[in-house]
Amino acid sequence: MPEAKPNSSGAAASATEAPRFEPRIIAFFCNWCTYLAADLAGTSRMKYAPNVRVIRIMCSGRVDPQFVLDAFAQGADGVLIGGCHPGDCHYQEGNYKTLRRYLLLKRLLQQMGIEEERLRLEWISASEADRLRNAMNDMVEKVRALGPLHLRSAEEEVFAEEVVV
Amino acid sequence: MDPANTNKASTGGTGVYVCHCGTNIAGIVDVHVVVEYAATLPSVAIARDYKYLCSTPGQELIKQDIHEHGIDRVVVAACSPCLHEKTFRKAIADAGLNPYFVQIVNLREHDSWVHTDHTAATQKAMDLIRAAVRRVRIHKPLNPKRVSVHPDVLVVGGGIAGIHAALTLADAGKHVYLVERDATIGGHMAMFDKTFPTLDCAACILTPKMTAVQAHPKITLWTLSEVTQVDGYVGNYKVTVKRKPRFVLEDACVGCMECIEACVYKQAKVPDEFNMYLGKRKPIYIPFPQAVPQVVVIDPETCIEFKSGKCKKTCVEVCADRKAIDFHQPEKIETIDVGTIILATGFYTFNAKRIPYYGYGTYPNVYTALEVERLVNSAGPTGGEIVLRDGRRPKAVGIVHCVGSRDENTNRYCSRVCCMYSLKLAHLIKERSEAEVFNFYIDMRTPGKGFEEFYNRVAEEGTHFIRGRVADIYPDPQDQGRLLMCAEDTLMGVICKVPVDMVILATGLEPQPDAQEIRRRFHITCSMEGFFLERHPKLAPVSTFTDGVFLAGCCQGPKDIPDTVAQAGAAAAEALALIDAGYVEQEPYTASVLEEECSGCKTCIPICPYQAITLLEDKKKANINEVLCKGCGTCVAACPSGSIQQNFFEDQEIFAEIEGLLSYA
Amino acid sequence: MAEKPKVAFYWCASCGGCEEAVVDLAEAILDVIAAVEIVFWPVAMDFKRKDLEAMPDGSISATFLNGAIRTTEQAEMAHLLRGKSKLLVALGSCSHLGGIPGLANLFDRESLFKAVYLESPSTVNFEATLPTARHKDDGHEVELPGFYNTVRPLDQVVDVDYYIPGCPPTPRIFRTALQTLLGGELPPKGSVLAPDRALCDECPRRDTKPEHLSITEFKRPQQVLIDEEKCLLAQGLLCMGPATRGGCEALCINGNMPCTGCCGPTSRVRDQGGKILSSLASLVDSKEDAEIDRILATIPDPVGSFYRYSLPGSLLRRKKLDGASVQAPTPT
Repeated sequence: MPEAKPNSSGAAASATEAPRFEPRIIAFFCNWCTYLAADLAGTSRMKYAPNVRVIRIMCSGRVDPQFVLDAFAQGADGVLIGGCHPGDCHYQEGNYKTLRRYLLLKRLLQQMGIEEERLRLEWISASEADRLRNAMNDMVEKVRALGPLHLRSAEEEVFAEEVVV
Repeated sequence: MDPANTNKASTGGTGVYVCHCGTNIAGIVDVHVVVEYAATLPSVAIARDYKYLCSTPGQELIKQDIHEHGIDRVVVAACSPCLHEKTFRKAIADAGLNPYFVQIVNLREHDSWVHTDHTAATQKAMDLIRAAVRRVRIHKPLNPKRVSVHPDVLVVGGGIAGIHAALTLADAGKHVYLVERDATIGGHMAMFDKTFPTLDCAACILTPKMTAVQAHPKITLWTLSEVTQVDGYVGNYKVTVKRKPRFVLEDACVGCMECIEACVYKQAKVPDEFNMYLGKRKPIYIPFPQAVPQVVVIDPETCIEFKSGKCKKTCVEVCADRKAIDFHQPEKIETIDVGTIILATGFYTFNAKRIPYYGYGTYPNVYTALEVERLVNSAGPTGGEIVLRDGRRPKAVGIVHCVGSRDENTNRYCSRVCCMYSLKLAHLIKERSEAEVFNFYIDMRTPGKGFEEFYNRVAEEGTHFIRGRVADIYPDPQDQGRLLMCAEDTLMGVICKVPVDMVILATGLEPQPDAQEIRRRFHITCSMEGFFLERHPKLAPVSTFTDGVFLAGCCQGPKDIPDTVAQAGAAAAEALALIDAGYVEQEPYTASVLEEECSGCKTCIPICPYQAITLLEDKKKANINEVLCKGCGTCVAACPSGSIQQNFFEDQEIFAEIEGLLSYA
Repeated sequence: MAEKPKVAFYWCASCGGCEEAVVDLAEAILDVIAAVEIVFWPVAMDFKRKDLEAMPDGSISATFLNGAIRTTEQAEMAHLLRGKSKLLVALGSCSHLGGIPGLANLFDRESLFKAVYLESPSTVNFEATLPTARHKDDGHEVELPGFYNTVRPLDQVVDVDYYIPGCPPTPRIFRTALQTLLGGELPPKGSVLAPDRALCDECPRRDTKPEHLSITEFKRPQQVLIDEEKCLLAQGLLCMGPATRGGCEALCINGNMPCTGCCGPTSRVRDQGGKILSSLASLVDSKEDAEIDRILATIPDPVGSFYRYSLPGSLLRRKKLDGASVQAPTPT
């Protein structure tokens, strides 16, 4: 059973110290593997960082690079894509398309000054709940270390104060 | 139940329903805060929480709001959509809404069960609900696709699970293809002498079923055959089966076995697989007397004709005008259409050599349990006499439980059958020899009907039980013919060294070595241990995540014969349910081309693994065949002009979800 | 006779090509002049800002503004014109999506100034003078417009009614758009006044594109002898056509050069670069990370290739500013 005590360490710490940066991470999980691994992590009562918000899609091949870019543009600090292991795609080859798009997207993001840890592709099968938990936690910590992406806000504030006529 | 937050317009709008799931969700997520928050979201007309939304009154609550408040979109924040998405779709459909006007928020598996911080979990719940509220507003009406179900069934694996499933289906009048890799059906069960706890003779209960398979007009049995490819989808699978040559024509052979007699090898020289290599067979042989089909088989690896081409072929001579022997029989590829598939591919026994300190392969008198099954079998290599490899009869026998089970270094899981078969072997050894039997166990696991009684019976017969894991086995320095078994007797708190003549390793059950390949072939998944994964351990225990593919027996996890047969029956029933309905409903998540907008760039055509996309030559536009499309959405993501959309996963719906998650309203 | 609709033209961060495009209407411009009254067009006629300021709000029927917004002055003019106009039309790629000047969003102001005023080989600037907001010389003080870190398409600064795409818009696109705007029924606000299909639809080489294209290498135009008949993607060239709105009559293709994407994405796409990236990557002929990477490395400048005209109007808009560059752009 889940522990039902309200005072987790995170909440207690925030009362005394400056609040720790909590990254916002959007995840796109394949319905057949990583999404099920996340369900399994739930039924196994594994615990992991609460920063990731999952969007379910039928195949990682559905992940349009626009979704990743939009997530960053809307304020996500990181994006995690979860698909089936190479050779295991529920739809035969969707994950290879994801891999290719991901590798090109990485090149693009690098040019755009977005740190590579902010976009991550993981192959996690339905049974690999522990792998899912580790990926979630590791990503949250890495993005936390990078700090907020602030892609839009910094630039927009500056613009606003400058231009009001 | 709290009074509903009905602060919005009374007609139209979205209803948000947050499930407590007892304390599963409400214990971590502050559902009241979530409901209050949801009520403030744009378009939300009603937000409520309820103890168990999946219950009938829970569903009624939603239906009532649809009727009375004109709710036209529904968000249910509860457990994983894998569990109750269908439930709530049906509920709102009953109330007159399109079934796809509901969006499920996974508040249990993805939130309350995996987080401990109330504030963070509650925040996450609010974010997820906000996204769902945004998304559900733009859901388009959809209807599930109906596809017809081909009445034929493929059963893969001819062990007791496959046999039972095939017979059940065939008795119901369905045509079954039973595909077995070996030369005979029967599987592991055919190797056993007796079955626990009733001590029925395995052959006596299995053989009638095997012959029934052979005789059944509705069963097509293909032995020495393997499925090489599976295409299609539920109701309409196209399966390719490779049938390896037996070099004996099944239709011509009458099973007289004169050819075996006549073989130029006067003595059987080839170690016999069926007898765990403890006996010998000839290059032309029948695996065991009751094998089905009753057709001999030639092993090309050892047959002289295959090796040199210069055999006198006495077998052919004796077969005479039956002409059953064909050294040039080719491999055959068959393609069959089936609507459903039952996988009953069985298990593999743990390789005892992986634990070197037990000495298997080093000391000849260390046996695996399956070898001993053959030794105690009256049809086995010793005629049921318990005789060691060196010809001696053991005076003391030690049985090591949990070999390759419940062990951090090998397999963590319990193999579920070893305690019981160890007891059975202890009983049979005591029955057939003078030997003392020592069982070294960690915990005695006898959780089945009549199991505990059997344990007591064996204990009363004088079998010794030592609670402790055996740490080492080595030759007794005092008597080189004997082995010393060292273990800590954890009940007595002493280290004991027991001299024995024979060690039996109760090896555990593992997935087949090619389970991963098989699972890929059938597009299903494996659990962490490598056994095939059921859709849900309780609610869909014989289904897989691929519709129309069912599981039976040990390929899904270790289990005994009663459980295996029960599961095989369940799998057959699931297949029957699909066949008798005649059709199956599928999610309408297919993609379609916006024909007016398509530029005919052809990017999508090679992307589709199902060749579902073609170019309409007259219009120069892409077109997706809805029947072939399986709804992965890969072409949608690839279309450079945004001219393909996927039902229920439209670009706008996913953007709405992203933006809903990230906008802090 | 009814009063002719009043029309204005203005020019922000752009090359001037769009103004040329208006003139490129050739004899058709006479019809335009006959149909409208041009009340403001600094590049062609003598108008001053004060003339514009004197006009009542909403008195201009339509303003065609080309160029991106790069300086405070351009932003001010955009706001001013917006107020005076019933319809504000973004004319050409720069105004529509940021255009070529928008590639400056891969840099910040400081590094641009450094490159242009200090480091470029053709610059002679012994005193290392950089543009400043106020400059005194000979007792006179002049004020220069502020220079933003970020280039913006028009609609990130003011509300825009319509877009006319292209770098520059072809005479046909411009003429058709004018007819639409002068005609009775206006299209929905926010429309891009050009066909909503990708360029392949009107590409003369469409039929030569194989149905099963698989990419093993990207080539640059100077690296190959380009076949004049065959689909450029099939020749390994990075052609933006599949992800780019058509209507341009495939002028570049007819000039035997690949489409570079000036008309922007179709209405169904939010990010032109993301879409072409997705489609091209999907067709890469490998399943191995290293080999995929090798093939992708043959695109030396993904941003410059995929967002040549649309970086400021894309989802990411610009390169992430590191902490140091995020400071108020005081007119330097």
